[in-house]
Amino acid sequence: MARLECLRNAYGMALLEAAKKNPRIVALDADLSGSTMSRYIKNNLPDRFFEMGIAEQNMVSVAAGLSLTGKIPFAHSFSVFIVGRAYDQIRQSIAVPKLNVKLVGSSYGFSDSADGATHQAIEDVAIMRAVPNMTVIVPVDAVEVRQAVKAIIEYEGPVYLRISRSEMPVLTNEEDEFVIGKPRLISEGKDIAVYANGLMVSMALKAKEMLEKKNVSIRVINVSSLKPLDAEAVRQLARGVKGIVTAEEHSLIGGLGCAISDIIGDSIPIRKVGIADRFGQSAPSHEDLLEHYGLTPEAIVEKVQELLS
Amino acid sequence: MGNRDIVYLQEKAKIIRLGILEALGVNNKGHLGGSMSVADVVAALYFYKMNHSPDRMHDSDRDRFVLSKGHSALAQYAALAECGYFSKSELAKTKTLGAMLQGHPERDYTPGIECNTGSLGQGLSIGLGMALGGKLDGRDYKVYVILGDGELGEGQVWEAVTAANFYKTDNLVAIIDHNKLQATGPIKECIDIGNIGAKFSAFGWKTFEIDGHDMEAIVDALDEVDKVKGVPCAIIAHTVKGKGVSFAENVPGFHNGALNAEQFKQAKLDISNM
Repeated sequence: MARLECLRNAYGMALLEAAKKNPRIVALDADLSGSTMSRYIKNNLPDRFFEMGIAEQNMVSVAAGLSLTGKIPFAHSFSVFIVGRAYDQIRQSIAVPKLNVKLVGSSYGFSDSADGATHQAIEDVAIMRAVPNMTVIVPVDAVEVRQAVKAIIEYEGPVYLRISRSEMPVLTNEEDEFVIGKPRLISEGKDIAVYANGLMVSMALKAKEMLEKKNVSIRVINVSSLKPLDAEAVRQLARGVKGIVTAEEHSLIGGLGCAISDIIGDSIPIRKVGIADRFGQSAPSHEDLLEHYGLTPEAIVEKVQELLS
Repeated sequence: MGNRDIVYLQEKAKIIRLGILEALGVNNKGHLGGSMSVADVVAALYFYKMNHSPDRMHDSDRDRFVLSKGHSALAQYAALAECGYFSKSELAKTKTLGAMLQGHPERDYTPGIECNTGSLGQGLSIGLGMALGGKLDGRDYKVYVILGDGELGEGQVWEAVTAANFYKTDNLVAIIDHNKLQATGPIKECIDIGNIGAKFSAFGWKTFEIDGHDMEAIVDALDEVDKVKGVPCAIIAHTVKGKGVSFAENVPGFHNGALNAEQFKQAKLDISNM
């Protein structure tokens, strides 16, 4: 069993570390710094932290203004608010002029389980993918969070970074290179390729164990970089398989499944695991919701078997 | 900063108004009304108050001009062309395919444009970000943001007004082009915004009320703003929509209207006689 590490905490520490070295980095939050973990900047580099209060639209446009003075602003809120509440500001103030603003959406999917549908972003990736000039990244673990923070600082342009609030298994190594746009092979296999991101990558690894008992071998690929997405690399990683399964903690509309099927087309049969065009609800735990909405290793196994039958 | 020569500045405002007509052309819909109402303020900023030059467009110490009411871009384009940011021949090509001058300000297209605006309500926040960046870097430039009065209906404006007071950005100046009309008619008949100055004051801003077509009053207010420390300033400039074009003044239809050949000729004559 892989070691668990909290992604949002890893994120906050990674941003602080980067900010200590790079004076251009500033952070903004909309009264959620204790949850998004921008509080590491707030507590350690207070001059470079801007509390914008419960006013996400202003926060996002202020970040645009700060970027126009040469800063690298990281604007934080829950995924559901930064994308939803400030959509027009993201589009008009940041994406159209390709400004160097990093939008950090925390507590995505069902990870804020108790708070219910209003707090559970299930369509944020679809929205951000549709915006021209936007880069969309969903790190799979704490290691990739640290790598992604470095990578998006080096990349000049708007980025949406989707961070889970949960502890997740560490699946990647610091030594392995993270490149924006490149899908990463996590585990080799020959029958079916499973393209997953976020928590669904570890679900796919569990599905792999379950399928091995039935002599089925699946290849697990982590697609943390949803946009841009290297189409040739996606095709290469599908070589020789009889089918593809995608798995994401997001609506089936507009997310990873769509990104992969846009690339693969009709050449290989595809099945998708995701949220079936409906909102979430409250539950005692993240796991309760994942199970209720069919985001499980069993669901991946079922799709794999469908493709092989 | 330019020369405090009122006649010279009035002449620049006239050139801006003629430039607006040039950019609008004949039989093309365009935002005539709001461009004409703001022309005097724009002239005072570009030709008197602001530290800027096309020769040092990326100078970190330059003053910033943010046209939050981005639909009045024609006034800014005319001013930028007169300053030499680009050739005046661009004005006639405004809004044509591939043109340098887009329907709303876009920094990637047009030299001298600081940020993209057009979706109302965002410019003051962007300006606040620029002001905070300036404070962080210890620079003493100012950020001038021009808002429409109808635009004050956007809730985001008041988020920015609140935050600017909290952060004491005395390097941020909001200028309200208070022409009392919005796209569909008088503000009072749409959603009455009420007493704009009282609202800004209540939010902690230092406010000034002026006749936005009185050049002397405009430059006085811009100079007064420099003396204010510790709070942001708002200048409420009372203006006339369509100012200078006899048949368009206070006519809502010219918010985004077209001039036929005869009207165009008359408009040019009216402005030349201002």
